[in-house]
Amino acid sequence: MPSAVSLPPCAAWQEDGGDVVLALSGDWKRDGPPATVTGISPDRHPSRYQVSELGSYDSTLPAFLFSLLRSATELPETKDKPVPALDGLPENLRGLLTLALAVPEENARLTTPLHSSEIRELGKITVQLWETIRSLLDFTGQTVLSLARFCRGKARFRSADFWLILQQCGAQALPIVSLISFLIGMILAFVGNVQLTNFGANLFVADLVGIAMVREMGVVMTAIIMSGRTGAAFAALIGSMKVNEEIDALQTFGFLPFDFLVLPRLLALLLMMPILTVYANVVGILGGMLVGALVGIPPVLYWTETLTSVDLTNSSLGVIKSVFFGAAIAISGCMQGMKAGNSSAAVGEATTRAVVASITAVIVLDSTFAAIFALLKI
Amino acid sequence: MPARITIKNLTMAYGSLVVMRDLNFEIQDKEIFAIMGGSGCGKSTLLRHLIGLQEPTQGSILYDGRDFTATDPAQRGPFIQRFGVMYQSGALWSSLTLGENISMPLEEIAHIPAKTVRDLVSYKLSLVGLAGYEDYYPAEISGGMQKRAGIARAMALDPDILFLDEPGAGLDPLSSRRLDDLILRLRDSQGSTIVIVTHELSSIFNIADKVIFLDTATHTQGALGNPADLRDHSDNPAVRLFLNRGEHPTPPP
Ligand SMILES: Nc1ncnc2c1ncn2[C@@H]1O[C@H](COP(=O)(O)OP(=O)(O)OP(=O)(O)O)[C@@H](O)[C@H]1O
Ligand SMILES: [Mg+2]
Repeated sequence: MPSAVSLPPCAAWQEDGGDVVLALSGDWKRDGPPATVTGISPDRHPSRYQVSELGSYDSTLPAFLFSLLRSATELPETKDKPVPALDGLPENLRGLLTLALAVPEENARLTTPLHSSEIRELGKITVQLWETIRSLLDFTGQTVLSLARFCRGKARFRSADFWLILQQCGAQALPIVSLISFLIGMILAFVGNVQLTNFGANLFVADLVGIAMVREMGVVMTAIIMSGRTGAAFAALIGSMKVNEEIDALQTFGFLPFDFLVLPRLLALLLMMPILTVYANVVGILGGMLVGALVGIPPVLYWTETLTSVDLTNSSLGVIKSVFFGAAIAISGCMQGMKAGNSSAAVGEATTRAVVASITAVIVLDSTFAAIFALLKI
Repeated sequence: MPARITIKNLTMAYGSLVVMRDLNFEIQDKEIFAIMGGSGCGKSTLLRHLIGLQEPTQGSILYDGRDFTATDPAQRGPFIQRFGVMYQSGALWSSLTLGENISMPLEEIAHIPAKTVRDLVSYKLSLVGLAGYEDYYPAEISGGMQKRAGIARAMALDPDILFLDEPGAGLDPLSSRRLDDLILRLRDSQGSTIVIVTHELSSIFNIADKVIFLDTATHTQGALGNPADLRDHSDNPAVRLFLNRGEHPTPPP
């Protein structure tokens, strides 16, 4: 629609025999220029409005007037605020403004934001850190209690849920675990081969790949994959159940949310992590064997060499660690889900935190194990 | 004989934000008790306190004279077994079908044989007008239907006390009417006590024996009594205004 030339919006304060008049003119449009205010603004409401030169307007005009009236009403701290006069305004504007100004004052939430300072921030961070540590300990303690209830046959969860979770974090993780382990085995073999050929000892690639896979790489890579895959899924699912009050509903039926949600996930990971780890180790060694074949080590020779270095002690270390990593992943994922806030944004945050927390936990645990094994000279 | 539910000096707060202070009221056996008040005044919060999902800042809640709030949360089983709760959001378990939502408590808590469970599920779903919806997932039905399914689940274990948070919101007039009938029948034939949060004035006047009005302005109990009496004779103008649909009532004689 072709419109006439639009005039800039303007509000002018005028005196008219003791009365304060606000003269409004021009076109008040969202996409137009900002309004100019002229004249000295008095500390009170206008007693009248002058709108003879007012053009077309949208919500910008009532919004402008509303903030003007609001800021003036806030001056006197009295209970009975004067009702501002709206004389002279067009009928439709007056109706809307009356409605907007009639919001009961009690309903407008008055919050005084705390002034933040560096010291306060530091204190807050310290308190938060302490809270995090405490809730982690608390959650781990609850997990142990829940496991104890399970052993006494008192924990209640749906067995159908358990089988489903077992499938999700077992069979369905196989493709990605296979791919990553195979590639890691190959990479180790390539790197080892380049160095060991210098000494004419490239047969020892088999030892290197074997030991590295079963002691470290197999279990750590599996744990990292499971953190990203399963830990995140746990946090997202439990978090969204929290948001929808589904966990409250469990509780009011007398189910213990902890047994119902955390326990089957923990058990599933405790069971599946060792199996996946053994599988990853084998696939990694096969990857190394492929590279070996490419650089001239016959597979049979590669296999016998692997068997001489990978003994039961070495290969059990990874499997033992996998149980702890599994627990760490399940606890991080479920804990972040249970702690999630009450909005859907909180679910996303919980998922991210679950992944970060479980990968960190896995690496920290792994270094602890490395130190312990070194001390024990295993 | 003590009242079914007694609320004494209850103060509820989120951190430093006080939602309501000093609530004092009783809910009698087989009573239909309505909680009303403006949006955001703390009705759902009150309900969460009554079922033990939140702990009061002060005061206590007693069931049949036994102190619920002083009981350790882990020992509240005997109280909670008698509750049926419908949440404002429905809160159906989204990974289960409607049928499974209702059958899970029957199987896992009450250990009822499979055939009986099936019959109970279809009976409860029909009561809320959702016959034949057993195999639908919560995401596949509308909001109003989710609410009704939530009511069916709340009734699963034939609770002594039914808590309903805005069951009528989002329902068409006919379903709403049917819901009122259902609530009256539950009380009359099963002897349930029903605590209901609602804004629907028609259902307040139709079914509620007693109503409490939570006053947002003062954060206290605004009025307590029979809804029709309060509408005409309450000395709190906010209550008369609310019960007269916002139309200015005639001042009390
Ligand atoms: N988790 C929370 N943290 C902080 N404040 C909250 C929280 N939940 C609710 N509140 C506040 O408590 C007050 C009461 O909320 P509540 O949900 O009980 O209201 P309601 O009466 O049920 O409202 P509605 O009729 O809209 O459902 C609100 O002012 C709300 O802002
Ligand atoms: Mg509510």
